[in-house]
Amino acid sequence: MRYLPKSPVERREMLAAIGAKSINELFSSIPERYRLRQPLKLPGPLSEAEVIQYFRERAAENSLGYTSFLGAGVYNHLRSVVTDVILQRGEFLTSYTPYQAEISQGTLQAIFEFQTLMCQLTGQEVANASMYDGSTATTEAVLMAERLTGRRRVLVARSVHPEYRDVLKTYAKNSGLRVEEIGYAADGRLDTKALRAALKDDAAAVVAQSPNFFGVIEPVAALADVARGPGAMLVVAVAESVSLGAVRPPAEADIVAMEAQSFGLAPSYGGPFAGVIASRDKYVRQMPGRLAGQTTDVEGRRGFVLTLATREQHIRREKATSNICTNQALCALAATVHLTLLGKEGLREVAQQNISKAQFALAELQKVPGVRRAFDAPFFNEFTIELPRSVKLVNAHLLREKIVGPYVLGTAYPELTKHALVCVTETTTRAEIERFAAALKRVLEQPI
Amino acid sequence: MSEKIKKAGRHTSQSEGLIFEKSSPGKRAFELPPLDVPAIDPAKALGASHRREGVEGFPEVSEIEVLRHFTRLSTWNYAIDLGMYPLGSCTMKYNPRVNEFVARLDGLATEHPYQPQELSQGCLKILRLLEQCLLEITGMDAITLQPAAGAQGELTGLLLIRAYLEKQGNPRMKVLIPDSAHGTNPASAVIAGYQVQNIQSESHGQIDVEKLRELVTPDVAALMITNPSTVGIFEQRIPEIAEILHAKGALLYMDGANMNALTGVTRPGELGADVMHLNLHKTFSTPHGGGGPGAGPVAMKKFLEPFRPVPILVEKEGGRLALEQVRPDSIGRVKAFDGNFGVLVRALAYILAYGPGVRQATEDAVLNANYIRKHLEGVYELPYSLPSMHEVVFSDAIQKRNGVSTMDIAKRLIDYGFHPYTTAFPLIVPGALMIEPTESESKEECDLFIEAMKAIAQEAATNPELVKTAPHTTRVRRLDEVAAARKPVLRWKRAAEGNAAD
Repeated sequence: MRYLPKSPVERREMLAAIGAKSINELFSSIPERYRLRQPLKLPGPLSEAEVIQYFRERAAENSLGYTSFLGAGVYNHLRSVVTDVILQRGEFLTSYTPYQAEISQGTLQAIFEFQTLMCQLTGQEVANASMYDGSTATTEAVLMAERLTGRRRVLVARSVHPEYRDVLKTYAKNSGLRVEEIGYAADGRLDTKALRAALKDDAAAVVAQSPNFFGVIEPVAALADVARGPGAMLVVAVAESVSLGAVRPPAEADIVAMEAQSFGLAPSYGGPFAGVIASRDKYVRQMPGRLAGQTTDVEGRRGFVLTLATREQHIRREKATSNICTNQALCALAATVHLTLLGKEGLREVAQQNISKAQFALAELQKVPGVRRAFDAPFFNEFTIELPRSVKLVNAHLLREKIVGPYVLGTAYPELTKHALVCVTETTTRAEIERFAAALKRVLEQPI
Repeated sequence: MSEKIKKAGRHTSQSEGLIFEKSSPGKRAFELPPLDVPAIDPAKALGASHRREGVEGFPEVSEIEVLRHFTRLSTWNYAIDLGMYPLGSCTMKYNPRVNEFVARLDGLATEHPYQPQELSQGCLKILRLLEQCLLEITGMDAITLQPAAGAQGELTGLLLIRAYLEKQGNPRMKVLIPDSAHGTNPASAVIAGYQVQNIQSESHGQIDVEKLRELVTPDVAALMITNPSTVGIFEQRIPEIAEILHAKGALLYMDGANMNALTGVTRPGELGADVMHLNLHKTFSTPHGGGGPGAGPVAMKKFLEPFRPVPILVEKEGGRLALEQVRPDSIGRVKAFDGNFGVLVRALAYILAYGPGVRQATEDAVLNANYIRKHLEGVYELPYSLPSMHEVVFSDAIQKRNGVSTMDIAKRLIDYGFHPYTTAFPLIVPGALMIEPTESESKEECDLFIEAMKAIAQEAATNPELVKTAPHTTRVRRLDEVAAARKPVLRWKRAAEGNAAD
């Protein structure tokens, strides 16, 4: 087998050195009756060429050749080849968690840079080395607020990503946390009146997303004031992180939970991505996840180490701030390289192109008879439209024209079956937007 | 000392500051295609109150500077691609490059989790085949691929147990966890709403079965067991342990972190485990990437199947695959979307390359560990003498007499061209040296490692100071971790802003 670096002779020599007659002797501690007598029934072995062939065939059964208007938490953005060149360097790809700092300075400095970039983006003071994704980051942010406030009630906006809310409910169920949902107003933003009414002095956190699941930007500063009045913390989730290149950062939030997929990571059918938690310095000891910190060696040179480990499971076990161990380090590195390439100007331009294209798409779609803009608060690169008929049916027609239609909001919001969430990024061309609008027009002209 | 070290020599490494320190306004490394729609003023689209004028402090550098920056940083890391990485319990094996290639294919990397399922049959077939392979390997009945890593797999497994017991009428209070377990076990149990009861290992590092009999009371939900244990020894009485639990209505959770010792040789499902997680970034070779991403699928017995996280992959008429979102008894989602798909692709590519021959990998892993054990036994103290599987745990008892600790030996190993083994874990072995070579090491690499470990033992006896002050050949020497924690500097700031940049 090509991955195994031993000849039969070497195996025999090693067994002889051990003093074992056969390899089976080394497995003698497994009771005889539990040892497999038959080889496993697995497909293969495949040569490298056959492995590639198998996956090429599967790739051909997916959506190649279609134009998509899906976002809803996973975004298609330009990625530089440079990012992948760096990611595929074995020294990053095939290294372990940087516990042995002297031979992990590359990873550690990159994490330190990632933490810095995340602070700059979010307007927060401290950011961790990554969580699994935006959904678990949001959940862990709530658990952090629970520890900080000692309270066990959480108010979550219904305009937070439905799957983020699902994950929060899964985690909350057995930890005594009560999750209540707050509706949205006519303009698509969190219903502040409902929030005020629901807030009592027992809420640990208010959770909002911005831009929210309908694409609408939330008034973070105002929400922070509302939440803090009765002593709750404001957790802001950011699913489309590119927005932070043009939209005011959620600096007033107490904790920001971000999905960094938009920074150099492929959609990859839903993962792996990279979650981030950013917050205030004063809350750092209740933060989950790894942190890299700056220090010096015995000769006074600058270096980096994993630090504040007494928060973590390998030290504190059942008293840890989280059970997370393996995180999304390589994905965080991708984000670091990507953002470094983009730089200050590049990120601003990407964000502005997203705004311009989304505004253009909205205008084009609004020209289609029967199409109405649903929520009218400002948005970034996603917006909600209302159609005169079921989005599901419309999408089925669009598919025949090789267009993957917008996200069907009715899936998660039964009251919005005619509402669609349209996403347009810098990768969407004008021609594609026009083709989509024309196809939609044809579909809506057909009798039901 | 360098002339006697065969594996490594000295080599110049480039110095490199933080990227922020290289920034100069106006430089750029990325250009966009021109905008093909009318430009909209963001202030107009967003409203002045939402508008941001660029991110303060963001780097401004050119493409070559970015490439050099990260390439230089990379050369400061040790990696599997450079040599043996004998971290016990971490299974640092070769990460085949074809796996990276296929995970990046157009049609896989480009796919959106919400695209119609008729346009996702390729993705779903990959998930289906991986499920089938992992079920065959574990001897279990059902599986979820959703958890993002081992710890999330543990949590998922415990939530399955809890949901099942709740359905029986009582979720129970406690989870038993041996003192040799990974720290994630107790941390996961707490999130699942359980109290943790730590149980002491017996004198051979195994579960004390007689004691267990007393400990399994009606309020015990489950025992979490790592097999082989973290001292690399197979829990021989695991079927009996399962019976004790089952007789009291409790379940057996198996931490599959050490599955590299068992794949193709025995199956946890047949040993009595009710639910287990696998670490695809360990046993199934997906790269560790400096700490992640991973994937932690959870395999289980039939009776736990109804509680699996949604969505559930099902086969419809005509072989069409679909993800179903609604299951009345499901524990819910543990992660958005459908798991770390890109990691799952790599794991399947690994399994397909081996096929049934994956047993040979297991055998070579166990062979390497035993070969190293044989040569180092006596040079280092072996606290538990039962047969080793895929890893061997020594202690620093002999070297301690000269004031040399496992951490010192580990640091000295760096000078010999190796990554250290796992230090100070498992907790039941004071001064542990936990060595897991994996199947990826040749006899030559193992011999070099043995030679290095023997030379260090010699140094510990004759020149302990040399070992205690190691490493001597790295860019930075031992770093001040106490200062890092006492006054944390966790981000760069401009000199004028206060700290950091020096």
